[in-house]
Amino acid sequence: MAGTAVSGRLAWQVARLAAIRQETATARTLVFDIPGWPGHLAGQHVDVRLTAADGYTAQRSYSLAAPAEGGRVELTVQRVPGGEVSEHLTGPYAIGDPVEIRGPIGGWFVWRPADRAPVLLVAGGAGIVPLMAMVRARRAAGSRALFRLVYSLRTPDELYYADELRKPYAGLDITYVYTREMPEGRAGIPRRLDVATLNSAAWPADFEATSYICGPTGFVETAADILLSLGRDPRSIRTERFGPSRD
Amino acid sequence: MGVVTPGFTGRARGDNPRVPPGQYLTEDFPVLSVGPTPRVTTRQWEFAVVTEHGERRSWSWPELLALPSEKFTVDIHCVTQWSKLDTRWRGVRVETLIGDLDTAADYAMAHCYGGYTTNLPLADLLDGQAWIAYEYGGKPLTPEHGGPARLVVPHLYFWKSAKWVRELRLTGKDDPGFWETAGYHDYGDPWREQRYQGD
Ligand SMILES: Cc1cc2nc3c(=O)[nH]c(=O)nc-3n(C[C@H](O)[C@H](O)[C@H](O)COP(=O)(O)OP(=O)(O)OC[C@H]3O[C@@H](n4cnc5c(N)ncnc54)[C@H](O)[C@@H]3O)c2cc1C
Repeated sequence: MAGTAVSGRLAWQVARLAAIRQETATARTLVFDIPGWPGHLAGQHVDVRLTAADGYTAQRSYSLAAPAEGGRVELTVQRVPGGEVSEHLTGPYAIGDPVEIRGPIGGWFVWRPADRAPVLLVAGGAGIVPLMAMVRARRAAGSRALFRLVYSLRTPDELYYADELRKPYAGLDITYVYTREMPEGRAGIPRRLDVATLNSAAWPADFEATSYICGPTGFVETAADILLSLGRDPRSIRTERFGPSRD
Repeated sequence: MGVVTPGFTGRARGDNPRVPPGQYLTEDFPVLSVGPTPRVTTRQWEFAVVTEHGERRSWSWPELLALPSEKFTVDIHCVTQWSKLDTRWRGVRVETLIGDLDTAADYAMAHCYGGYTTNLPLADLLDGQAWIAYEYGGKPLTPEHGGPARLVVPHLYFWKSAKWVRELRLTGKDDPGFWETAGYHDYGDPWREQRYQGD
C-alpha cells in the first residue's frame, strides 16, 4: 500500500480500548492501545474483528479518525440501529476490552502532509471521520496546504469533534450544511447540499485542488456529480462510500 | 480462535454455506468506487478486447446487444465484508467476446471508463465464469453499479468485477491493477479470504 508498504500478510493485532469520547448521543470515539502499530496515513481504514465466546466472528471496516500517537489509534463509530458490530462498539464495549484490528488499509483515499495542493473535504454525517484525520494530520504536520471542509449533518446535535471544530483554525474554512434542523440563531432553512453551496465552498477550478468526499452512498454520488458539473477534473475527486444503498 | 471480546455474541450467524468466511449478508446493494461515477452514454460506449499481439476487436452498444447473451443468477462477495445472494443479471460471456482471437495470454487487465483497472487470470474469465453484464434485476444496469456495462466475475471479490468496463487487454504478464497496487490481493478469492497482499 502506498506510503506504508506492507510485505507479507497484514496481521491481526490485539487492540484494547483505552478511552472513550462520546461524540453524539449515537456515536463515540474509541481510543485503542495497539502496541507496535506501524503508523498510517490520514484517510486509511482498518478492519475490526469481534469474536464471540463460541468462536463466531464479525468484522467491519472503520476509518482511522486521527494520526497515530505511538501505539494509540482512534476510530469513531456511529451506531446503526440493529447493527451487529456498531451496536456492540457503541454499547457494551468497555475500557480494557480487546478487539482485533488489522491495517492500515487503502492507499488512494489518503492525504499526505507533503501534498501542497488545496484540499476540499466534503463530509456527510459519519463521513467526517477520515476527513477529520486529514484535518488533524495537517495540523500535526504544520502543513500550510489550504483546507476547506463542507460538513453536512442532519441536526446540530450530530456534530462530531465539536470542541475541536468550533475553534477557529488558520487555513481551515468550514461550511456547515444542516439538512433537518438549523442551529439556534442561524438564519435559513434546513436543506441538502446543493450546487450553490459547493460552488462557493469548492476551490475555483484553476486551483487544482484535490477533493475528498465521504459519506453515505447517495450523498457521495450527489456531491461528486455537483463537482463534476462545476468542471472539476474527475481524477481530482476521491470518494469513500460508507453506507448501504437501496435499489 | 481469535481473542474473545467480552459480551459480544454476534447476530448474523455464519451458518449459511453460501457465505464465505468473514462476510455478512446484505439485502442492500452497497456501492463502492474510487471516484465519481462516470456517466457513459450508450452512444459513446465502446468495448474492446485487445490481444498481446495488439489485435483489437471492438463492439458498439447495439453490437453488444446483438451478441448471444444469457441471464445468470449469482452470489457476490465484496471485500468490505458484505455478500449478496441470488443477484440476477444479463450479459455476454467473456469467452463469446474473445471468440477466436489468437491469444496465448495468461492474464487480462480490465480497463474502465474513469481510469480504474483490475487484473485477472484469463482462465478465470472463461468457461461461463465471467460476463460483460448490462442488466441487473431485470433492468438496465444503473451508472452507480457500473452501467452501461460491467464485468461480473462472481467467484472473486467484487472489486475484480470492474464497473464501466471499456477494454480487456490480454497479456502474458500479471501486472497489478488499481486496488492491487494499493495493497489488495492479486487474486481475491473470497473463500480463502484473500483480501490484502499476502493473505
Ligand atoms: C472503508 C470503510 C470505512 C468505514 N468507516 C466507518 C467509520 O469511520 N465509522 C462508522 O461508523 N462506520 C464506518 N464504516 C461502516 C462500517 O464498516 C459498518 O458498515 C457500520 O458500522 C455498520 O455495521 P454494523 O455491523 O453495525 O451493521 P450491520 O449489522 O452490518 O447492518 C445492520 C443493518 O444496517 C444497515 N446499515 C449498515 N451500515 C449502515 C450505515 N452506515 N448507515 C445506515 N444503515 C446501515 C445494513 O444494511 C443492515 O440493514 C466504514 C465502511 C467502510 C467500507
